[in-house]
Amino acid sequence: MELDPVLLSRIQFGFVVAFHILFPSLTIGIAAYIAVLEGLWLKTGREKYFAISRFWTKIFAVCFGMGVVSGIVMSYQFGTNWSRFSDTTANVLGPLLGYEVLTAFFLEATFLGILLFGRHLVPRWVHFFSALMVSFGTLFSSFWILSANSWMHTPAGYELIDGTFHVTSWLEVIFNPSFPYRLTHMVMATFLAAAFVIMGVAALYLLQKRHEDNARTMLSMGMGLVFLLAPAQVLIGDLHGLNTFEYQPVKVAAMEGHWETQRGAPLILFALPDREAERNRFEVGIPKLGSLILTHDLDGEVPGLKEWAAEDRPPVGIVFWSFRIMVAMGLLMVFVAVTGMVLRLRGRMFDRPWFLKICVAMVPTGLIAILAGWVTTEVGRQPWIVYEVMRTAEGASPAVGGTEVLISLVAFFVAYAIIFSAGIYYIVQLIRKGPVDEPPATKGRPARPLSAAGEPSGSAAE
Amino acid sequence: MTIDLPLIWAGIIAFAVFMYVLMDGFDLGVGILFPFVRDEGERDIMMNSVAPVWDGNETWLVLGGGGLMVAFPLAYATILPALYLPVLLMLIALIFRGVAFEFRFKAEGRQKHAWSWSFHLGSVFAAFAQGVILGSFIQGFTVEGRDFVGGPLDWLTPFAILTGFGLIAGYALLGTTWLVMKTEGGLQAWAYRNAERALLAVLGFIAIVSVWTPFMDPDIAARWFAWPNIAVLSPVPIVTGLVALGLFVALRRRFEGYPFIGAIALFGLSYLGIAISLWPNVVPPDISIWDAASAPKTQAFMLFGVVAVTPFVLAYTAFSYWVFRGKVRGDTGYH
Ligand code: HDD
Ligand code: HEM
Ligand code: HEM
Repeated sequence: MELDPVLLSRIQFGFVVAFHILFPSLTIGIAAYIAVLEGLWLKTGREKYFAISRFWTKIFAVCFGMGVVSGIVMSYQFGTNWSRFSDTTANVLGPLLGYEVLTAFFLEATFLGILLFGRHLVPRWVHFFSALMVSFGTLFSSFWILSANSWMHTPAGYELIDGTFHVTSWLEVIFNPSFPYRLTHMVMATFLAAAFVIMGVAALYLLQKRHEDNARTMLSMGMGLVFLLAPAQVLIGDLHGLNTFEYQPVKVAAMEGHWETQRGAPLILFALPDREAERNRFEVGIPKLGSLILTHDLDGEVPGLKEWAAEDRPPVGIVFWSFRIMVAMGLLMVFVAVTGMVLRLRGRMFDRPWFLKICVAMVPTGLIAILAGWVTTEVGRQPWIVYEVMRTAEGASPAVGGTEVLISLVAFFVAYAIIFSAGIYYIVQLIRKGPVDEPPATKGRPARPLSAAGEPSGSAAE
Repeated sequence: MTIDLPLIWAGIIAFAVFMYVLMDGFDLGVGILFPFVRDEGERDIMMNSVAPVWDGNETWLVLGGGGLMVAFPLAYATILPALYLPVLLMLIALIFRGVAFEFRFKAEGRQKHAWSWSFHLGSVFAAFAQGVILGSFIQGFTVEGRDFVGGPLDWLTPFAILTGFGLIAGYALLGTTWLVMKTEGGLQAWAYRNAERALLAVLGFIAIVSVWTPFMDPDIAARWFAWPNIAVLSPVPIVTGLVALGLFVALRRRFEGYPFIGAIALFGLSYLGIAISLWPNVVPPDISIWDAASAPKTQAFMLFGVVAVTPFVLAYTAFSYWVFRGKVRGDTGYH
């Protein structure tokens, strides 16, 4: 059988980017949390902020390490597997990625050293400043990479000369139509994902009756954030969808599972879209609600997939279901946020085991929603790599054969499986150990292994 | 007169790649040396000497790759597919090496041992792959139109394998001289001894590559040996010899700081030699920096960023090295 290098490259890209995004999502959120904790410690001098910050810094360090190594893979993928895409779009996307390196990667990587290893070498405020810079770095990084990605969805500010993209306006390129929505939605997503991880760990400690004082602080802080962000995320998601409806209506048709153009379209809750038959099986929906959401009019017209030629439609089933998974997670988050707030107002949030158990179960929801959201966005963009200008298949590297891509795919798969298992294993160990009391910072040079994780989890090994 | 943007960009990328080679060079070198010291305690010290800075160092690699895409997309889109397998080897090696920093210190016993090996082998293979990439780059690529059209194993030649081993030796030299500067006692004495060995190996590789390259490519031979070039360029090998001699003396006399600087100078001269051989091509043998350049508007926009931001990057990088200045000790301090 012939190995199709384009298909394999797509699988590889989807796999490595999905692996990558798990870790940045956590690092963006946790970096901001650490900066807040360090600030609070600087201001109030209360030891618990110090202990919590140290604890999350260790976990942060593991996530960051995995984010960096998988990120470097990403930046070389564009050249190795998608050389036609890189060559054609470099005039536009090159500087966006270049600015990311200059303004974000150097900042976070350099101050990370001081954040993790410099606590005893610099004054407290410099350490706080480093935490702040790391957090800014992760946010700048999101800014540029999402600008690049959004441009691929809603290209603007360019002209085509001999088949190559040339920029006519940098402002239009950077602030392309879907960028503000995507940036806000994604940054909030990372904060939510981190908050639910933090709350889950805190709830676990409360259930186990360990580190209770620290755990209460973590849970309240997380809950405060989630109460604000979860409903806001639903709202922004809705606005994001309206923006998509304007620029990529076929994607919305796939998300909604609409085959026919209709007025008063239903909101479909469940269906099995069938690409061959061009219709849904087992459809369950709420009449008219789809039109209401998308057009703010019960009888608004919503275009269906059949408006587009079959080869211009994205794979409907994946987009339809990944979208529902994300929305389900979003609604769950709102439910937990509201429940938590009600309990808290009654002073009962810390001693309701059923609620704490829910918090523990919520740990992966943020990451699941993020992956599902990206799958919706990216698969929904297919078959285009630059929307309605360049097809994904045209972007691949012509000289790279199926065998090579298969080798690399297997290699990445094995490597990521190993480091993912190890990473999870060490994170679980760190959580088991918890925020133990450590002597607060004194100045002096470190003697023991310089690692954010501090000493090995058991007794010393040497 | 208009500004020659591709020329400026060639300088910027050459600078970024050189920064990468030096900075990640010494921390990869530390990884290459890892299994050869006495015990895990010394390995801890070695790792501590680079743990706070390795990530910043590796970012220069991202800048090199990203810069190539910004300024010379044709080079980015032909060289990377041509080097698919060596680049893959490098990435996988960097993955195992990068995560070892965090994992090794969380592990004990056999697990710790395994991450030591992950760190070592990752460093060795990353260095080797980069050396192979360098060698293939010198040899050149088969390009038609805007695409690489050669085979997946074109890079696999004796010359590229040689440069692969050469770079392992080169990074080992940077690593030993770095340890001379950052450690003391038994480990430092060990580093002094092995820096000499690494230096001899590096000189051997430099000699072979210098003789082999002109034989491989008559254009390169003409560039170095034709009159008047030979007069203008002859200082390069002569200065290289002097620097090597100085480095040797500095190691014998137990100067702490000079060997590292000498090793950097040796890298700089070799780099200069390669640049002279290949100038002005970014995709040897015959695509020049002007052929491969991106749109002037793109180069100008990014140049603005480089000019505005790089001073800050260099400043806080220097600050971070300053914070972690001095010897890494194993006996005092905070636990
Ligand atoms: C929303 C955020 C986001 C998204 C969509 C991506 N990344 Fe990422 N990336 C980050 C957010 C981030 C980060 C938070 O800035 C990381 C995570 C850990 C870290 O060190 O920085 C990072 C690390 C990171 C690194 C290592 C930087 C270093 O050496 O310190 C590279 C080269 C990339 N990424 C490249 C990419 C590419 C080419 C992507 C597109 C497919 C991508 N990232 C998607
Ligand atoms: C970080 C979160 C991201 C995730 C989880 C993600 C996921 C995916 C997935 C699953 C595909 C495959 C679609 C298909 O082929 O059916 C894809 C395609 C693609 N994405 Fe993303 N993506 C992310 C971010 C980005 C960003 C930030 C960029 C660019 C700056 C990008 C560029 C691309 C390109 C070039 C393709 C086309 C290649 C392909 O089809 O595989 N992606 N992405
Ligand atoms: C019920 C609430 C939500 C709605 C209505 C919603 C809506 C959307 C829409 C319409 C898109 C696709 C954008 C496109 O067409 O390209 C999207 C993408 C995405 N969503 Fe959501 N979303 C919701 C909740 C969430 C939650 C809770 C998270 C994560 C914690 C999340 C994370 C993402 C991500 C990472 C993407 C891909 C990046 C992007 O395009 O912004 N979403 N969302």
